[in-house]
Amino acid sequence: MFPSAPHEFDWKKIRRGNRFQPGEWLAERLIFLVSLSAILMVFLIFLFVAREAFPILIGTATSASNQKVIPASEMDKLSAEQLRVYLGMKPDDFKKQDRETLKLLMEVREEAAKETPDDRDSGINTVGWRYLLRPFQWGGLSKPEYIWAPTSRIPKFNLIPLFVGSLKTTFVALLFAVPIALGAALYVSQLAPPRLREWLKPSIEMLSGIPSVVLGSFALLVAAPFLEHLLNLPTMLNAFVAGLALGLTCVPVIFSIAEDAISSVPQSFTQAALALGASRWRAAWDVVTPAALPGIFAAVVLGFGRAIGETMVVLIASGNAAQLSGSIFDSARTVTATIAAELAEAVFGSPHYRVLFLLGTLLFGITFVSNLAGQMIVGSLKGRLEGKR
Amino acid sequence: MSGKFARQRQDWGSKLGEWSTGAATLLILAILAVILGSALINGIPNVSLRLLLSSSSSDMFEVSKAGLLPLLVGTVARVFLMTLFVLPVGVITAVYLTEYARRTSILTKLIQTAVNNLAGVPSIVFGLFGLGFFIGFIGRNMDYLLGHSESEWGKPALLWASLTLAVMTLPVVIVATEEALRAIPPGLREASLALGATKLQTIIRVVLPNALPGILTGAILAVSRAAGEVAPILFTGAAYYMRDMPHALNDQFMDLAYHTYILSTQSPNIDKTRPLLFAVVLVLLGLTFSLNIVAVLVRSRVRRKLRSGH
Repeated sequence: MFPSAPHEFDWKKIRRGNRFQPGEWLAERLIFLVSLSAILMVFLIFLFVAREAFPILIGTATSASNQKVIPASEMDKLSAEQLRVYLGMKPDDFKKQDRETLKLLMEVREEAAKETPDDRDSGINTVGWRYLLRPFQWGGLSKPEYIWAPTSRIPKFNLIPLFVGSLKTTFVALLFAVPIALGAALYVSQLAPPRLREWLKPSIEMLSGIPSVVLGSFALLVAAPFLEHLLNLPTMLNAFVAGLALGLTCVPVIFSIAEDAISSVPQSFTQAALALGASRWRAAWDVVTPAALPGIFAAVVLGFGRAIGETMVVLIASGNAAQLSGSIFDSARTVTATIAAELAEAVFGSPHYRVLFLLGTLLFGITFVSNLAGQMIVGSLKGRLEGKR
Repeated sequence: MSGKFARQRQDWGSKLGEWSTGAATLLILAILAVILGSALINGIPNVSLRLLLSSSSSDMFEVSKAGLLPLLVGTVARVFLMTLFVLPVGVITAVYLTEYARRTSILTKLIQTAVNNLAGVPSIVFGLFGLGFFIGFIGRNMDYLLGHSESEWGKPALLWASLTLAVMTLPVVIVATEEALRAIPPGLREASLALGATKLQTIIRVVLPNALPGILTGAILAVSRAAGEVAPILFTGAAYYMRDMPHALNDQFMDLAYHTYILSTQSPNIDKTRPLLFAVVLVLLGLTFSLNIVAVLVRSRVRRKLRSGH
């Protein structure tokens, strides 16, 4: 090989061209730094969403409504710092108070403790992991249950009903979207006449131009009353209706990726099958589809990530009852809808606020993993097919 | 030719396969047509010039008394600001990835993975991020440093909503620009270098102007995506109702997409609100959809250029 041969020219290895200019050196460093912003953003998103949830993750947050009460007569036994922490004051404020005020504050605390009912539940730290994930027999219940009730007197933050709600709507969405999106991908890529294909692909991808809030309101206004009547459903808004609308948001995702994967299978595969006497469908189904299978699987995985993270459709059309139920025809509340509906009312820094950020962190984790998996599959498929060629 | 051979071996299984996949394609197109059709049929009679150019006076849930001007202004303002932030960063990142970075280096792969992952982050998580980072961290600290006693910046505002959306649409711009830059024949770059231009001069004066249609596609797609998003602006700036238009970067704003959500869930009487809701949906769809069509047309032209291989 001659390094000077014209096809050996490598644009990427050129640094500053023929003349050196210090300004360009600076500009190129700047370009490099700016290009790191995508990495920085992913990192910042994780950092700042997880930061608010951190006290729950390590178990230092508490929602217990009654603390240990120290009688005012024992005030002198406490050090100044202990007293400050007990009264929950900032150091500056604490210094300004005289002894009498502090004593008064302790007495107020004592009175308040007498007022609050001293039942077992109010002493429970409901943001402990045990209460977030496992069923618990709260006072007044006959058996342990999973309950999400963040605004009741004893706030209950069991995450299971929300995740079940998310999985239910996602399941319906994928059940609806996967067959039609994959069918359309196979048709557009392999079976449609070339001229039809030219405009079929962009037309189907148009579906992604409809905002999810619009799909949600259509589910509410058009699909929900129709389906309620048709299937004789107990509630108008339920996981099924929301799931169908949700499916429409993942159809373009699944379609595009699957279509790319199927189209990237070399033409020689199809030609060989046709030459051996297979029909176009047999060639597409028995030869091309197995070769593109990893890409099709990746499309489904990425569609899952899209469905579980979608907010507005489920917020509008799923009914939002946070009850645990296995039926897809019951009202359901998803993780995303819970964050959207409740964050505005949660007090900054309260246990409720932190649990909502915890939900966000978990959601980020789930989609991060499914995206990474999808990308790796697509990458390895590309490598394999290019190697085969 | 292949069609001739294919016909000889046509069997029932094959027929069924072709029919069912064709039906799936048709179903998707039919759903799309139903949604667009019903938005047009129900929306057009309710959209009037008065509705578009006035603001709500007494009842924001009724079509005869409501006005959409503040919503239009709010949506256009947030999307415009977002474009100002996202375009330079996205284009520069794409320039680095296509013109400088070596494909095999770990850092390049890391940037590419980050871009792809950013595209998959749920929009509500962007909302949480905007609240935690832009409002809770940057905004609060700005108030502290500037010595405001009340929160001037540490609250939902137009600026924070736009920045949140800019982070969300960054991958859209990067991917579209990358595609456009790769479509430019290497000969163009070589010719410029041969004439004595430096690499940076080549990129600025030759490569970028030629990639302009592709970069525009990215910007349009980003705008179309952002205009329809509600979840990221839910906590970072959108207002339920405001008397005035936003005047400053730290004002809240009313928004078309957010208003669609309010009208469909908060109305005291949904039957009375329905005409207004369809009108708002039509205006919103008109905005996002027409932009999308333009982007798809430009993109397919760029792709054809890329495939023809020069």
